[in-house]
Amino acid sequence: MNSGRCAACRYLRRRCPPDCIFSPYFPPNNPQRFASIHKIYGASNVAKLLLRLPTHLRAEAADSLNFEAQRRIEDPVYGCVGLIFLLQQHIQNAESQLAKTQAEIAVMKSQAQHSQTSQFEAESDFNNLLHQQLDTVENLSFSNQTSSGFM
Amino acid sequence: MASSSSYNSPCAACKLLRRKCMPGCIFAPYFPPEEPQKFVNVHKIFGASNVTKLLNELLPHQREDAVNSLAYEAEARVRDPVYGCVGAISFLQRQVQRLQKELDAANADLIRYACNEIPTGLPTAAGSSSVQPLTPRNRPSEFNRRIGNEGGGFYQPPGAFPLPYSFPWNDNSSGDMNDGGGEGGM
Repeated sequence: MNSGRCAACRYLRRRCPPDCIFSPYFPPNNPQRFASIHKIYGASNVAKLLLRLPTHLRAEAADSLNFEAQRRIEDPVYGCVGLIFLLQQHIQNAESQLAKTQAEIAVMKSQAQHSQTSQFEAESDFNNLLHQQLDTVENLSFSNQTSSGFM
Repeated sequence: MASSSSYNSPCAACKLLRRKCMPGCIFAPYFPPEEPQKFVNVHKIFGASNVTKLLNELLPHQREDAVNSLAYEAEARVRDPVYGCVGAISFLQRQVQRLQKELDAANADLIRYACNEIPTGLPTAAGSSSVQPLTPRNRPSEFNRRIGNEGGGFYQPPGAFPLPYSFPWNDNSSGDMNDGGGEGGM
């Protein structure tokens, strides 16, 4: 039945059998998908690959093959390896950026704490001086009262 | 640069294909006889005739890189018949996203410190500032937006591709390892 053929069998111009290995993953409404995969891998290689896999994994395999084939068509030199390089570069840049930012935070933290400690110490010294002066004043007034006797 | 085959030593491709390695063999510069597995993988996944067509469409100076990337993809597919090197791409994308989040959080902290919003636990004297206000760090524009939304053809699978297995660059710090995928029968 010609109208029931999957995209692969249409492309290959053959009858689509009931147990066609391609038909679950290459529906007739998306002919480009099989065309890309066929261009890069070839029909028999894809069939062998899918046949070796358990049924429940074949859909994911077909999707990943499609992705790789598309990337290879777009970039015949590097394919999806170019994407891997790009991602690795992004990761390196991000890690370096993160390290710099974290170092800046550490510096700002220690600056802030040092500054706060210095202020605290200055206030503490001032308070001590104040207490000393108060003590002096108190001692003076007490000794004055004592020395002057009873008014 | 791979050495070309000598007249009495066929390249790995012609050895596997059991044919005479002619002068000008398109495979000879890139598949030396000392590395047989490289062509075995490439032939298994792509097929010799597809590789020939691919190489013929490229300029000579591009072919070595093309062969090396094909060999990489083929090896990844042999190791992982379900995801091939797409598994590595998914993993790396997750790493990029994780780092982006960490970077965003770190930059937010930096801005808060610069504005003195993070308490340090000690009283500040009135009228004095303990920290010189800093301008927020200028990040390269690529980190000011989410990595992955650029028009660079990033992989967006219809359903997320789980991680098939550990790659050499797996840092094990991400909790995204999927233990349910990648079972490929060979």
